[in-house]
Amino acid sequence: MFGFGDIMAAALGLILTWDRDLSEIVLLSLRVTLTAVAVACLIGLPLGAVVGAFRFRGRGTVTVLLNALMGLPPVVVGLFVYLMLSNAGPLGVLGLLYTPTAMIIAQTILVTPIVAALTKQVVEDLHGEYAEQFSSFGLSARARVSALLWDARYSLLTVALAGFGRAVAEVGAVLIVGGNINHVTRVMTTTIALETSKGNLELALALGLLLLGLAVIVNAAVMTLRASAVRAAYA
Amino acid sequence: MVMDIRAESALVAEPLLEARALRFAAGGQTLIHGIDLGIEPGRRTIVMGANGSGKSLLLRLLHGLLPPSSGEVLWRGEAAGRAARRAQAMVFQRPVMLRRSVLANLTFALKVHGLAGRARTERAQEALEMARLTDLANHPARVLSGGEQQRLALARALVCEPELLFLDEPTSSLDPASTQMIEDLVNAAHARGVTIVMVTHDMGQARRMGDEVIFLHAGRVAERGPLDRVLGAPRSEAARAWVQGRLYTGDT
Ligand SMILES: Nc1ncnc2c1ncn2[C@@H]1O[C@H](COP(=O)(O)OP(=O)(O)O)[C@@H](O)[C@H]1O
Ligand SMILES: [Mg+2]
Repeated sequence: MFGFGDIMAAALGLILTWDRDLSEIVLLSLRVTLTAVAVACLIGLPLGAVVGAFRFRGRGTVTVLLNALMGLPPVVVGLFVYLMLSNAGPLGVLGLLYTPTAMIIAQTILVTPIVAALTKQVVEDLHGEYAEQFSSFGLSARARVSALLWDARYSLLTVALAGFGRAVAEVGAVLIVGGNINHVTRVMTTTIALETSKGNLELALALGLLLLGLAVIVNAAVMTLRASAVRAAYA
Repeated sequence: MVMDIRAESALVAEPLLEARALRFAAGGQTLIHGIDLGIEPGRRTIVMGANGSGKSLLLRLLHGLLPPSSGEVLWRGEAAGRAARRAQAMVFQRPVMLRRSVLANLTFALKVHGLAGRARTERAQEALEMARLTDLANHPARVLSGGEQQRLALARALVCEPELLFLDEPTSSLDPASTQMIEDLVNAAHARGVTIVMVTHDMGQARRMGDEVIFLHAGRVAERGPLDRVLGAPRSEAARAWVQGRLYTGDT
């Protein structure tokens, strides 16, 4: 039985030597999550902006739905995507189960409501300030949405980072639809779960430390963005 | 007799903007009570009245920012819509600054009006020069002082060459120097033919800037007429009390 100190030392050693397995896992994690966040922004930013800026029938329902979906348990999303993509499922023919694409799909579903709901809030506040000026300009609905998204750019970057933080740390969805297959669908969180259960604590801890580091970097980025936006009076 | 009246009214220009039985109610209260008025082209109309008398509300209704509860607003004789708003501009009491540079605040307005990129920058530079903001062109608009922000808001309103400009107490929180610059810009616009409708509390400003006064009291036009006459010999009790600096709370 090793002590905690020994395990920590071994974990740090793994990070410092940075072998191919480790980099493969980290890079796949980043690729899956960054792609999912990009797609989620493509959908969630305009969706959130429209819900935030316009009154229409069913707006309340959409808002409640987005807020509820924000708290979706990753395992439930994983299960849902699994059912869709499994051989018996409606999208089974695509053969995507246990591929990185399946993981991207699952995380996109997880992150899109977060991006949309937070965007809605940001845009709604900004629109409260801009609405009359925009009406005075005689702005079209489309021009309104794009101007709001642009003027909220700093806040929206932090929204995207929040989505990234949630997805990169998530384990349930990618585990179910990715299957944690070595060299194919193994990402940081699923590897931590597996290696811990196998008693391979050094690798698990090394990845845990990297994940922690990523969280610190993301938060620092959010704070720096906010500070520079405030300084430029663009927040 | 009837003929005479017709003949006389024929001399009066077609109103650019016209309100017919304009009424606005909210929360079970009627705030604007069936106002009829016409704004003639090239005129400078001053809207006065106590706080809460409905001056801002009237401007919003005329500019089409709020739908009236009943009645209508006509622009050049036709129901006013987005096209009318685009032919007009409004400067609010508290300027709305986009989270962009000073220059970008202007080019944004020009882009909305369909100007191409190169022409946009040129026109915006001219407007900055007129508003004496050239040195601040690349600063974020929101770091400007109150006076500079209001000048930018006015420059942004004028850069698209509106036919009619609404101003809602544009100088109420500005010092005399800033007020002077705003008045100069508005007067220059008027000299170019822009019709002006301005709310102000400042009697001196009204005298300097107005051709005509609309005096509101409790959501109704208490009095309307040439500026000198209304401020010199007000007929309504509300306007008389105002001019004399008395408190007046009664009905029109
Ligand atoms: N959009 C609105 N909905 C409901 N009430 C309003 C609205 N705008 C203004 N009011 C009310 O109408 C009255 C007149 O307001 P306003 O036109 O702002 O007065 P002022 O003459 O001081 O500009 C006030 O009592 C105000 O609270
Ligand atoms: Mg007002």
